[in-house]
Amino acid sequence: MEYFAIGLGLAVLGAGIGIGNIGAKAMEAIARQPEAVGDIRGNMILIAAFIEGIALIAIIFATFLHP
Amino acid sequence: MILGWLKGGWSLLLVLGTMVAYGQHEGALHDVLPEAMHAEEGGHGQEEHHGDFDLAAIAVHHIANQNHYVIGPIGIPLPCFLYTSEDGWTVCMSSVFGPDVSHHFNGHYAYRHYVMYGGTVYRVVGEDFPDGKVEIEGFVVKADTVEGSDKEQLFVRYRGRLYPLVPKSTFDAGLLGGGITGFYDFSISKNVVGMFVVAALLFWLFRRMARSYESEEGMAPRGINMLLEPIYEFIEKDVVKPFLGPKWEKYNPFLQSVFFFILGLNLFGQIPFFGSLNITGNLTVTMALALFTFFIVNLSGNRHYWQHVFWMPGVPSWVKVILTPVEFLSLFIKPTTLMFRLFANILSGHLVLVIFVGLIFVFGKAGENTIASLASAVPSMLFSMFMMALELLVALIQAFVFTILSASYLGSAVEEAHH
Repeated sequence: MEYFAIGLGLAVLGAGIGIGNIGAKAMEAIARQPEAVGDIRGNMILIAAFIEGIALIAIIFATFLHP
Repeated sequence: MILGWLKGGWSLLLVLGTMVAYGQHEGALHDVLPEAMHAEEGGHGQEEHHGDFDLAAIAVHHIANQNHYVIGPIGIPLPCFLYTSEDGWTVCMSSVFGPDVSHHFNGHYAYRHYVMYGGTVYRVVGEDFPDGKVEIEGFVVKADTVEGSDKEQLFVRYRGRLYPLVPKSTFDAGLLGGGITGFYDFSISKNVVGMFVVAALLFWLFRRMARSYESEEGMAPRGINMLLEPIYEFIEKDVVKPFLGPKWEKYNPFLQSVFFFILGLNLFGQIPFFGSLNITGNLTVTMALALFTFFIVNLSGNRHYWQHVFWMPGVPSWVKVILTPVEFLSLFIKPTTLMFRLFANILSGHLVLVIFVGLIFVFGKAGENTIASLASAVPSMLFSMFMMALELLVALIQAFVFTILSASYLGSAVEEAHH
């Protein structure tokens, strides 16, 4: 059975929820404080990159390192 | 002036470092062989390929590195530096493997036990295979099942006999299908040429920009400087200074070089019909870039940084026992994710683009069904254009993310204690 495909999907699902939350909160923050848009955007991309990193590790493990 | 020279130096160092790591094992993807191309030469294998259009194999072939450079109908042979422990070094141009150099290139000649298959050099195994340049009769692929996973063994046919081929060595310990095979390829391949071109272009542009500060002092930037200077200042103001604080000037050249080098490589790979380079979508290139960050972060880490890694202050002892291994592992996980993030993002973009174009051939049954080909060409072209526009954005974002993460790791390594 190709169980690794399930793991791959779960990893993407988790990352999607995480990045979606970041985007939603960043938009809210920009709406509240439009003058801080530069700082918020930079931090948003940074944190999204961290989440993406975890998802990537999961994807690599699921794709290449499964027995 | 000095900053300009420093920048040039960094670019050069980056390219040299990338190259050193490069020739060795960019081949992780090469082991998935372009089987669609040699359908006509099957016939001898246990499992024959009947001219099916294998989209996955075509896509993998198009994103892989090659030993020659092809722009449209013009093929440019590149130098090959090949090494085996029994034969030593072999230096040749990739044109010795055949009279013509084209994109889907299977060589017609073997040269000192080396043959070219799908644009990549392989080594022929066999005691009685002749040394020197001989004409070969074709290639054969046999499907094989090793430990539950499908593996394909390549053979070259010479005077009616089959000789097995081995790919170049890769340092992936078999994880990505490669391994040490005793044959090392240090060639200046297509991607290395691309890196040289981008580095030379960046060096020229930024030297010119630095000079214009002397020759046109006090004047507004002109020409391409109008584009480059705001980007340079954006990276300096929004990335380098906030993360590195008072020490920003020391690390600014490195981070700027990394940003513009990655951006240049990403955009260079987006130019259609220009060698279809996939440089940052190659694990070795991104690994070399991530190694730079790894060494610079850890060699410039201060006492405070190492204290946080090995004995985090302000937490109970039993937590430290758990935290220290995690922190130690994260030293290596950070550059690993840098490597995979850039690689995966650029690679997926190129793959999707090739697959969209390939859909024309899938629906058109590889040219047999003209109406279906034409009908699928329209949506395929629209999707491709959309993906290319998206990839321009991804090229910028991934260069930015690599730089901002490197800056954040560097910042945590050099910041002074404040508690």
